[in-house]
Amino acid sequence: MKFTLSWLRDHLDTSASLDGIVGALTRIGLEVEGVENPAEKLGAFTIARVLTAERHPQADKLQVLSVDTGAGEPVQVVCGAPNARAGLVGVFGAPGTYVPGSDLTLKVAAIRGVESKGMMCSMRELQLSDAHEGIIELAEDAPVGTAFADFAGLNDPVIDVAITPNRQDCMGVRGIARDLAAAGLGTLKPLDVPVIAGGFPCPVEIRTDDPAGCPAFHGRVVRGVVNGASPEWLAKRLTAVGQRPISVLVDITNYVMLDHGRPLHVYDVAKLEGALVARKARAGEQVEALNGKTYALAETMTVIADDAAVHDIGGIMGGEHSGVTEATTDVLIECAYFDPEGIARTGQALGLASDARTRFERGVDPAFLHQGLAIATRLVLDLAGGEASAAVVAGTAPVIERTIHFDPALTARLGGLAVPADRQAAILKRLGFAVAESSDGHSLSVTTPSWRRDVEGAADLVEEVIRIEGIDAIPSVPLPRAEGVAVPTATPAQLLERRVRRAAASRGLNEAVTWSFLSESEAAAFGGGAWTLANPISEELKVMRPSLLPGLLAAARRNADRGASEIRLFEIGRRYAADAEHPTLGFVLVGDRSARDWRQGKATGFDAHDARAEAVALLAAAGAPADRLQVMAAVSGVYHPGRSASLRLGAKTVLAEFGELHPATLKAFGLAGPVMAGEIFLDAIPGKRASGRMRPAYAPPALQPVTRDFAFLIAADRPADDLVRAVRGADKAAIVDARLFDMFTGTGVPEGEKSLAVEVVLQPSDKSFTESDLTAIAGRIVKAAEKVGARLRG
Amino acid sequence: MSDLDSISSTLLAQAAAADNLDAIEAVRVKALGKQSEIAALMKTLGGMSPDERQRQAPLIQGLRTRVADAIAARKDVLEAAALDARLASERLDMTLPVATAPQGSIHPVSQVMDELAEIFADLGFAVATGPEIEDDWHNFTALNIPESHPARAMHDTFYLDDPEQMTGDWLGLFKPDTRKVLRTHTSPVQIRTMLKQPPPIRIIAPGRTYRSDSDATHTPMFHQVEGLVIDRGIHMGHLKWTLETFVKAFFERDDIVLRLRPSYFPFTEPSAEVDVGYTRDKAGRRVIGGAEPDGWMEILGSGMVHPKVIAACGLDPAEWQGFAFGCGIDRLAMLKYGMDDLRAFFDGDLRWLRHYGFASLDVPTLSGGVGA
Repeated sequence: MKFTLSWLRDHLDTSASLDGIVGALTRIGLEVEGVENPAEKLGAFTIARVLTAERHPQADKLQVLSVDTGAGEPVQVVCGAPNARAGLVGVFGAPGTYVPGSDLTLKVAAIRGVESKGMMCSMRELQLSDAHEGIIELAEDAPVGTAFADFAGLNDPVIDVAITPNRQDCMGVRGIARDLAAAGLGTLKPLDVPVIAGGFPCPVEIRTDDPAGCPAFHGRVVRGVVNGASPEWLAKRLTAVGQRPISVLVDITNYVMLDHGRPLHVYDVAKLEGALVARKARAGEQVEALNGKTYALAETMTVIADDAAVHDIGGIMGGEHSGVTEATTDVLIECAYFDPEGIARTGQALGLASDARTRFERGVDPAFLHQGLAIATRLVLDLAGGEASAAVVAGTAPVIERTIHFDPALTARLGGLAVPADRQAAILKRLGFAVAESSDGHSLSVTTPSWRRDVEGAADLVEEVIRIEGIDAIPSVPLPRAEGVAVPTATPAQLLERRVRRAAASRGLNEAVTWSFLSESEAAAFGGGAWTLANPISEELKVMRPSLLPGLLAAARRNADRGASEIRLFEIGRRYAADAEHPTLGFVLVGDRSARDWRQGKATGFDAHDARAEAVALLAAAGAPADRLQVMAAVSGVYHPGRSASLRLGAKTVLAEFGELHPATLKAFGLAGPVMAGEIFLDAIPGKRASGRMRPAYAPPALQPVTRDFAFLIAADRPADDLVRAVRGADKAAIVDARLFDMFTGTGVPEGEKSLAVEVVLQPSDKSFTESDLTAIAGRIVKAAEKVGARLRG
Repeated sequence: MSDLDSISSTLLAQAAAADNLDAIEAVRVKALGKQSEIAALMKTLGGMSPDERQRQAPLIQGLRTRVADAIAARKDVLEAAALDARLASERLDMTLPVATAPQGSIHPVSQVMDELAEIFADLGFAVATGPEIEDDWHNFTALNIPESHPARAMHDTFYLDDPEQMTGDWLGLFKPDTRKVLRTHTSPVQIRTMLKQPPPIRIIAPGRTYRSDSDATHTPMFHQVEGLVIDRGIHMGHLKWTLETFVKAFFERDDIVLRLRPSYFPFTEPSAEVDVGYTRDKAGRRVIGGAEPDGWMEILGSGMVHPKVIAACGLDPAEWQGFAFGCGIDRLAMLKYGMDDLRAFFDGDLRWLRHYGFASLDVPTLSGGVGA
């Protein structure tokens, strides 16, 4: 909301400086977003008189002027304006002055051989309007030599404040003045509401048939008006606050809206047929609004219509057909009250924003209809002439005046600021509240003014008091420390996420954060998403991600396009499934695992084992029971069927999936393969049982472990882990570890088989193994291996 | 010169003359072996009278020891020289590049979330979470933003179509007959916490939030942190102290000035927006802090939890009151670490991640400072 300082002073009697006012506005909750003084950029321009004007010797269209700038000798100026002539009083810019409309700084120059020491300016050159047909002509008696901005009344700073949605009352200059007065910045001037009797009955019947949507409809006709351009003062005020002057009648409605927060509408009576009625729209009705667009109306929407057509989307925007024009002679002024919720719903449904809607949906003052209409009528009569009819009042606006039981001690209890009760009462009174002693002697009985429907309870009154008293005055009070020993404030799930995140980064993965939503086709490549946005910002960001990999693949692709050759990305975030949001870690490995180098020669690319290494390491960091994990087939079809796997606890609980991505998946993301990826399903990892901080007693074995190597032949397509697990389980008492250390096919190994060598670690307990012990254990190992189809290599 | 002296000087000279390990070994065999003169002298001791033996034995033993020591010393010198020679031939070019571990990084948003958790843990705040897919009761209605409230429109809400089959966790999370939205702020976590946990409550709730907004300074997804304290006797003075303590700890400066401005949020009453003072560095960049600010930047919204919100969560507003605040995490990161483009946060550009990211071991701690 913009207003000028002089406009504010119409309502506020104050000696405060601009800085004082600006500071106070922000302090009381009317945040100043900007202050601009149009005079500042025009400060150097002065009023000057053209003494003589003679033809330029070298150019037909130029004249050589002698200009009296009021300072010393006349100045020679070359000028191309057709209206330049002796005796003209205009605006002069001396060399060195910046001309905002032309974005140049004046300097002494020879124009076609004649020296010019400055410029006589047009409106456009000073950014005052688009007029550029000639130079500015001022009144004959304008004081030569003085600052033009002062003479033209441009020295009027424009203040822009952000009004929060609860403060409709400050969407008019008078409301802002009232708040400032309450804050001690001066006195609110009394409002002079004209009394206009009306010389004849209103010729148009006005009524409301929709008391819920439009409880009150006041109006009257002024006949015999002349709807020309607004007088300069009005046009200047509107222009200053960014409102384009249109015609005097329209400008008056805008002016009253900005002045009092009271939207109005004007109709050309000649275009109305029969009664003007507020009612619900009928099925199929539509209206062309003043913005030139046609809106289809629903039966829930309140409109103003006559016998023939809808003329106004009530409280939101008028209709094109019945709007006033230069030809208008009789005008009907509407001053109505619309239900805020109804306006909000209609405005949202139509997607139509307007200054009127903004005010009505926040709730205009329901007790200001008579005044609003009278003020507008007075302006019409004064500025457009004519004769006013009697005013018509249809319906009654719902004036809400709440009486709140208010204990002034609450201001300290809730607001943290001790303010004496009488001072609180004075602040509330200045804001327009009625304050009375309550029967209990220490509380107050506070009644809200009609323009403050936002104030509903005691907490709101505390806010009123402290915002006027000054929030900055609230002393800081330390929050009491919780008693006792500090307990962890993060949940086990959060701690797990933190550990896994730092483990991933320590393994060389770079953490990315990618969009939670993606395109339908990207989601489809990962089995489709369960959740779709009804109003996506674009097709690219439409479906909630079913996996973390699409976002990472897209990021990997962007990096590859930028020339990155080693891409290790991970993300921790949620997948959005039909059953829940699942915290998940996703990673992708693209390009080189290691760059070419002087020892190994060529660069080596990532393979599926690298993906498994990440998954296993990250699960270990997460505290998953590594020794109980089984390697099984991957569930998701996004992976290469032969180069992927899942890690599970039991057959059903999948903790991680990983591997080389399927070529079809890569194609969907425009990536050249191979690409390794994986996901860790963080919420599937079982939590550790809380067992205190004490560790079990330390009891290292007394005897050295013994290692034995075994080589087996086994079917080439049999997973190596089957054999290793079988060997490890062959003698639970003696065998503490079994590790594959060689794999071989070729010479000496039968076709279709492979040789696997396993190192077994045996731990004696109370006495060393004897040869016969070792033979027995070896026998058990060979037997266990045979159960999975392996035989000892001879 | 006696025989012994002659033998001694000859053998010592030979030992000194040996110039490699084979030569010194040959000297040793010749001087001390079974066939050596010294061995022969030793044998003569047996045939001597006790008196003579007593006189000659120390002389012969002395000779033997002297020669043996000289040979051993020479051998040590030759061995050291041989080792030096071998090592001299074993040089490696230690300037050749070595394999380096790949450089991983933590995203600034995660780092800042860890910093916040650390700072607020010190004040006794636990970290709470809630779903990102919310219902409009938790996201709006319970927060005193009814259906037609202008604030709902201002939130630029993303709405979701219900999935064909909703199962599992969702059923317990959503109120019946509600519209599903992507949470527009982290404030619904306030509601979920108050409904679940009896006061006193002290939580922060960091997480992803969404608004249908996209331009140079807005992204449709961003991060917020919510703070909530519900207890007896909590007032705006506590709020102010908490925010001052938090902002100073986060930016690691004592000379930070906060400015509270009255504002409006439907779910707090009274409400205040909080500006932080900044000064300009030599490059003209805004730096948070400075006792005499050059200007103000809005960093968070706050207020006393609205009695209606407390009541909506089944608590008695006459008994329980408290404060809440909300703050953009991405913005906090930008102000502290100097990023100027929000969109880059979500691009996954490795160059950016390495430039603005954090090492895995840069864990924010109170003792080590919450910055890295």
